[in-house]
Amino acid sequence: MAIESEVLVIGGGLGGLTSALAAAREGADVRLVSYKQSTLRQASGLVDVLGYTPDGDGPLTDPYEAIPSLPEAHPYRKVGVQTVRDALSLFDDAVPTYEGEHTDTNALLPTHGGSIKPTARYPAGASAGLASDTRDTLLVGIEEMVDFDAPHVAAHLDATGVPFDVRGETIRFPGDLRADAKVTRYAKLLDTNSEVAVRGRMVPAREALAQRVNPLLEDEERVGFPAILGDDNPGAIRDALGDHLGVDVFEVPMGPPSLPGLRLEDALFSALDEAGASIETGNPVVDFDGEDRIEKVFIEKNGAKIPNSADQYVLATGGFVGKGVESDREGVYEPVFDCHIPHAADRYDWFEGELFGDHEFARYGVATDDDLRPLDASEHSEFENLRAAGSVLGGYDFAAEKSGSGVSIATGYAAGQRAAQEAR
Amino acid sequence: MSDAETPPETEFDPVAPNTGEEFEPVDVFPDSDDFDLRPGADSCFKCSTCDTNCPVAEVDDDFPGPKFQGPEQWRLKQSDDDHEIDDSVMDCSNCMRCDNACPSGVPLSQMHNTARGEYVSEQMDKLSVEYIRNRILANYRTSAFFASKVPRLANFAMNFGPARWVMEKTLGVTSERDFPEFAKQTFREWWADRGGQVKSRENAKAARKRRGLPEDADKKVAYFHGCYSNYNTPEVGKAMVRVYEEFGYEVVAPEQKCSGTPMFANGMLDDARRHAETNVSSMSELVDEGYHAIASCTSCSMALRQEYPELFDIDGIDKVAENTFEAVEYLRIHEDLKGEVQAADVDGDLAEEFAYHAPCHSRNQGLDRQAVELFRDLDGAEVEDVGDSCSGISGTYGWKEEKYEKSMEIGEEMFEHMEHAEGETGMTECPTCAMQMEHGSGYEIRHPLELLEAALVE
Repeated sequence: MAIESEVLVIGGGLGGLTSALAAAREGADVRLVSYKQSTLRQASGLVDVLGYTPDGDGPLTDPYEAIPSLPEAHPYRKVGVQTVRDALSLFDDAVPTYEGEHTDTNALLPTHGGSIKPTARYPAGASAGLASDTRDTLLVGIEEMVDFDAPHVAAHLDATGVPFDVRGETIRFPGDLRADAKVTRYAKLLDTNSEVAVRGRMVPAREALAQRVNPLLEDEERVGFPAILGDDNPGAIRDALGDHLGVDVFEVPMGPPSLPGLRLEDALFSALDEAGASIETGNPVVDFDGEDRIEKVFIEKNGAKIPNSADQYVLATGGFVGKGVESDREGVYEPVFDCHIPHAADRYDWFEGELFGDHEFARYGVATDDDLRPLDASEHSEFENLRAAGSVLGGYDFAAEKSGSGVSIATGYAAGQRAAQEAR
Repeated sequence: MSDAETPPETEFDPVAPNTGEEFEPVDVFPDSDDFDLRPGADSCFKCSTCDTNCPVAEVDDDFPGPKFQGPEQWRLKQSDDDHEIDDSVMDCSNCMRCDNACPSGVPLSQMHNTARGEYVSEQMDKLSVEYIRNRILANYRTSAFFASKVPRLANFAMNFGPARWVMEKTLGVTSERDFPEFAKQTFREWWADRGGQVKSRENAKAARKRRGLPEDADKKVAYFHGCYSNYNTPEVGKAMVRVYEEFGYEVVAPEQKCSGTPMFANGMLDDARRHAETNVSSMSELVDEGYHAIASCTSCSMALRQEYPELFDIDGIDKVAENTFEAVEYLRIHEDLKGEVQAADVDGDLAEEFAYHAPCHSRNQGLDRQAVELFRDLDGAEVEDVGDSCSGISGTYGWKEEKYEKSMEIGEEMFEHMEHAEGETGMTECPTCAMQMEHGSGYEIRHPLELLEAALVE
């Protein structure tokens, strides 16, 4: 016997989650398995569709308009513009705390490095921080959080030519927290609004934080914090701080470990739970049975191989970072099904000399047909019941294009929906 | 600059070692019996995702978190012979959530267990109250063994106010909690009275016949009941036996000791090893005869599967790890459990709505959603997840006087969710999570096996 489902999705990132959600909403019995917790914890929580063309032109105003001129091998070309739109609608429905769906135009968001990023969807908590907004801005950094040096970020933003005045101030977070307090510690204190000691007096954390910022506020109309404002109740915390300060409050998305990423993970997992899918994390898929068709896959737990079988499979194991694509001196490979990954035979051709050069490896991943089935070296589909989604796909450089989330959502949606339709 | 741009032109081809016959390999690192944690430490790229999973770091401003306790402390120790283990390692509750968080597969809990073991054996004062208290708590099986001889007296004495006050003042065992009740008849007493393995074989055969399976089908499991379902909740052990027999499995209950879970958490690795030797020896013999080891407690299955091979080198240990399963998980793999549950219904005292909490130790095993998903389609009962927070007790952690408040602060989220849940009965696989759930909500707490028994066994 084996643990059975109609559709089995391998991978718990944005591609896998969207894929499982699309398949479940299509009515299939879906199971999602992921080696570890979702990699969304390392994501900024911004959902980009396309910020720049592969040639580096941009920031693009309308990502959808640019899709038809992308190279033919690009995943967006495989699924088409309409699928990208439909997939984003599924996302908007599943994650109601996000904004940006009112327009096709990219929003411009300030990053924690002080640059401006074109993005299609952003958490509600970031919306008062839009760089296209002309209100003057105060950024507040926390002394102990070296990832966000507010005066430095403000100076960088200013240098990009933003249409407002921006200033940075640094405070000590109220309460006697350790110097390397975790983002979850700040979030928990603010979520529960626990009392913290301020000059011998106990004050609720939200009020205490506002009191630290208040004297620093000049005539700015909005205040930005690093993304530490709660895990469970971010909206209530922003409102409370805004009331105390009399301004709009926003969060600047941060690097890993990222609370906006964590909140997005929670939202997508609960949407998946509501759709009736089964979810298992903690152990890797290491092997499979089957020739032209995958019969079953095996999850390894401390030496035991647990069989999981399904009618249709989706491979959403990620790229080099997520370990869905691996390389050694001999070549580049996909570790679960050994799907073919087109790459240069000489490994010195995989990369350029310059750090930010146009590296070929950034586009390495499985090549697929228009139905997202991985192709072998002779361009035949590897398995008739396997589709691929997200960063395991080749043909695009998500970091340079700012297209990572969009490709994961669009291909995840397409792969999940088609798998569910075929499972009948 | 790397050699990337201009590969050096040389005859030397690193693909084929051209060392000649006179080459004698040299051990760069001296022989050692310790587990090599270097690859694990090297794999850490400091993304800090583990820290966001730590329930203690979320509330305790003295605790530096798993990234420090694991890879960072390990590196410090390598570069400095005099580096002592930081005493904050004793504040780790051993929930092991960080393992499931790491995208690089760093064996965090193995590092924590190793460091804690070293701290306790080399730096901790063996005459200190903390050491004595921890040793008593870690060796729960010993106390339970004696208490079960006189369960009524023990139940009275362990919750006798003045005695508990003295225990808190002298030993640092919190008086806020009620000790769990000892059963009047242990699971093993029940098992022996019932006729042991012989009876189980009869029942299994009858069930196979009923199910139209070959009478000699090779269906046999060895039950690792652990201490708690033996001494405190034998109804869980009985449910396990009856459910397995219903599916045609013959059950044996081999000689066993504590899984070691409370000992790992207190750094008492020598105690844990002694118990592990007994468990591995009796289980590995049975595995050779075709049995699988089945545990009803997710911490016991975690110990046999993961902590044993990570911490000890005992003959047969990997074989036991490979062949150990949690009770419901095993049936999900080998039977059409989902189908049978869908076709069943429950009435009687388990026709309830349950507020279910997934134990931290079920997470690395991928079992945290098992109960909620399995019982989705069961008529007559509802199982509602009360969220992914830690219950806060983490075995012996919440029993310590100085940790009690942190433990309740961690548990607060779960208590709130329990209160908002429809049901007023709790459910979990873990005995100490059950204690915490009961302590914080006043609900009675049941085990998924009990619900399975009510649904599937006549």
